[in-house]
Amino acid sequence: MRRIGIDVGGTNTDAVLIEEGKVVRAVKAPTSEDVTTGILDSLKSLGSTGVLAGKRIDGVMIGTTHFINAVVQRRHLTKVAALRLGMPASASLPPFCDWPEDLAELVRGGVWMVEGGHEYDGRPFMPLDEAAVVKAAVEMKAKGLRSVAISSIFSPLDPSHEKRAAELVAAELPDAVITCSSDLGRIGLLERENAGLLNAALADLSRDTIAAFEKAIADSGIAAPLFITQNDGTVAEAHQARRLPVYSFASGATNSMRGAAYLSGLGDAMVVDVGGTTTDVGQLKHGFPREANSVVKVGGVRTLFRMPDLLSIGLGGGSHVSLESAGGPIKVGPVSVGYRLLRDGIAFGGRQLTTTDIAIASDVLQLGDKAKVAYLDAATCQKVFAAAARLAEEAIDRMKTEAGDVPLIAVGGGAFLIPDKLPGVSQVIHVQHGDCANAVGAAIAQVSGECDQIFKDMTRTDAIAAAQGIANDRAVAAGADRKTLSTIESEDMPLAYLPGNSVRVRVRVVGDVAAS
Amino acid sequence: MPLRDITLDDIESLAVGAWVLGTGGGGSPYLGLLNMRALYKEGYRVQLMPAEELADDDWVGAVSNMGAPLVGQERLTDSRTIARAVALMEEHTGTRFRGIMSLEIGGGNSIQPLMAAAHLKRPVIDSDMMGRAYPEAQMTSVAVGDLKPCPLTTVDVRGLESVVDSVPTWKWMERVSRKICVEYGSIASTCKAPRTGAEVKKWGIHGTTTKAIAIGHAVREAQRRHEDPIAAILGVEPGKILYRGKVADVERRATEGFLRGKTRLDGMDDHKGATLEINFQNEWIVAWLDGKPIAMSPDLICVLDSVSGEAVGTETIRYGQRVTVIALPPPKVFLSEKGLAHVGPRAFGYDIDFKSVFA
Repeated sequence: MRRIGIDVGGTNTDAVLIEEGKVVRAVKAPTSEDVTTGILDSLKSLGSTGVLAGKRIDGVMIGTTHFINAVVQRRHLTKVAALRLGMPASASLPPFCDWPEDLAELVRGGVWMVEGGHEYDGRPFMPLDEAAVVKAAVEMKAKGLRSVAISSIFSPLDPSHEKRAAELVAAELPDAVITCSSDLGRIGLLERENAGLLNAALADLSRDTIAAFEKAIADSGIAAPLFITQNDGTVAEAHQARRLPVYSFASGATNSMRGAAYLSGLGDAMVVDVGGTTTDVGQLKHGFPREANSVVKVGGVRTLFRMPDLLSIGLGGGSHVSLESAGGPIKVGPVSVGYRLLRDGIAFGGRQLTTTDIAIASDVLQLGDKAKVAYLDAATCQKVFAAAARLAEEAIDRMKTEAGDVPLIAVGGGAFLIPDKLPGVSQVIHVQHGDCANAVGAAIAQVSGECDQIFKDMTRTDAIAAAQGIANDRAVAAGADRKTLSTIESEDMPLAYLPGNSVRVRVRVVGDVAAS
Repeated sequence: MPLRDITLDDIESLAVGAWVLGTGGGGSPYLGLLNMRALYKEGYRVQLMPAEELADDDWVGAVSNMGAPLVGQERLTDSRTIARAVALMEEHTGTRFRGIMSLEIGGGNSIQPLMAAAHLKRPVIDSDMMGRAYPEAQMTSVAVGDLKPCPLTTVDVRGLESVVDSVPTWKWMERVSRKICVEYGSIASTCKAPRTGAEVKKWGIHGTTTKAIAIGHAVREAQRRHEDPIAAILGVEPGKILYRGKVADVERRATEGFLRGKTRLDGMDDHKGATLEINFQNEWIVAWLDGKPIAMSPDLICVLDSVSGEAVGTETIRYGQRVTVIALPPPKVFLSEKGLAHVGPRAFGYDIDFKSVFA
């Protein structure tokens, strides 16, 4: 097995080559505005020692923060037609009702609510009003809308109304991109619909970005299938990822945690990823990040995405440092010079003292011009490291879920800020290629399938088995090899107040990418 | 004390505070809050009226949403449905309500009377009948007071409307109305038996909307100032911290239409080495410290996120969460022998004598 993993970050595009389980080579190149050039440069650099020559590559896996950044920065978003099937219920809380107004203004192309939807037990809530759907589609067309998000009551249980409405809309608007909320998962109409609306808002950016990825791979001369990494540490084939870009939202953080697991050989550990501006702390369970299972806000919008449960603090290699002499106690972060580190840091001829300058002065890093930071004495440097360690220690302690000491894997370009000993930590592990952990995580990603559904009048065992079957089929449809599937999460929850032994079952399976 | 305007900021606080008073159940007030934001944006306003302002012969409508919170998350709460349940009761009984009150201040039902009040242009009475959240119809102050349990109206947004005109007991009301609710799709907007001003003054649990707003305001202010939100709650309510810890295990099972189970916490800080178990039936019922019962219904057991101060529900509590468990004093009406028969530990199947944290 030979794979290339790429992480397209805001600052750097990292690439790694993994061959038979070993990192052969890891490189960094600056991210480019057009995305393609940065990826091409990193691939060129990766192949510059001849490691790729004449070899078959089984897959190129790309992780990116592009989509989430677009939402957070309100850029490159497409106007969306929102179609909800559920009248007469829910009328007082229309689509976009809990969005931040600035984002809603950008994305809301129009809202249509018609009769339809289901009950928790599968009965139709109302028959689908097909004439009203067609009328809505005609109005969408008149408004020039080409991205449509369809949501329906209890569609995770029965998606038939969403699917039928999608057919009717497609008949009127053949070139429309249509997102059905049932493709995005869980119970909770507003949050699921929000996920659908965000997904639809990314339609154009997703098409262009994936096309840029494909062009870069084609131009580099590498003949391998392209996969995009997902929030949950797995991958989707490019054509599927293009349809559901929201599933790639948190892939950067997930990849670095998965990469940390891989590089250290540990499945259960805490991970601290120290970047230039922020430090993310998370927890690995069986090699995957523990997920947040409650509401996650993206750009101010409530969703129920499968996202790793992370705590972010303002500590990194570019963090501003203010010394005692400046008046107060030593302070590290939360402000950072970010991607301007190589210009603004003192050791690089700039004026802002950063944690990287401290590391250069103490011979922890060999970078820049040491003479420029020679004025920093050892005692001062020790105090700054101690202040940074206290910040990390507090964040790690907050994320820990076990009382005993646990191992901690430190990755990312700023990992030098994590000391070798921390309270509550059995061992701090620094790994080789830790600064490219996210690209490593991309390279080793698997394919997953999930089922989250209510089962009625079944024994608990039968309900779990049924959910398992659905999850397996979804994983295979997403490109997994059925023989390698294993269940990594199974959770069942009996439902209060609902009659007939209703149980909600959530199962997630993963498997290796099937050979094409 | 005269009527006072409820501001949108009050309602934001109410949503946080009512969730704390939900003692683990009652459903999230989030969708109710969204409805109120929309109504206030359209110019609707609601006033709060102390029960003492009621004349003895005034009539008051008591409302609640009944059913599975999960169905509510899919159908979304429509503010007009609860208003229709009240209007239906007025049509059925031929009375006009002076004001509207909540059956249950804990959780989402804290906001139902505000939605009805906005549409019907009546004040919200600053009282409820539980002072918290409870799973069953007979677990109310008016049931303890043996007031009449009927009639009751139920409304579904599709135009389904029914009136339970006569039942002999609260238990029958619970059974019959539950059946209707299930047929509707396990959710119904309901208006309970109308109460006279005299009944509300005698049997209502007073000032609870104001209390929920104060708790929520304290939490939100503390969050804004990066102060300890739990200390802030104890600054406005005479509560006690029982325990700080991490969730080590959650066990849930559905029996007879309720969510029952227990959670086990491992102690932190002052409670390192000690284990707290809390049993629940939709709401937190009995807390056991190393096997000994230390808090039980009707005392309010509130499990709060140690960092945000916001309440953690029995449906959503999960392994690894860091929580602080506090107790708040119970409504006096539940402390009588009759009150304890309705909501004391034995009413939930625990053969222990009630002993208050505040005794």
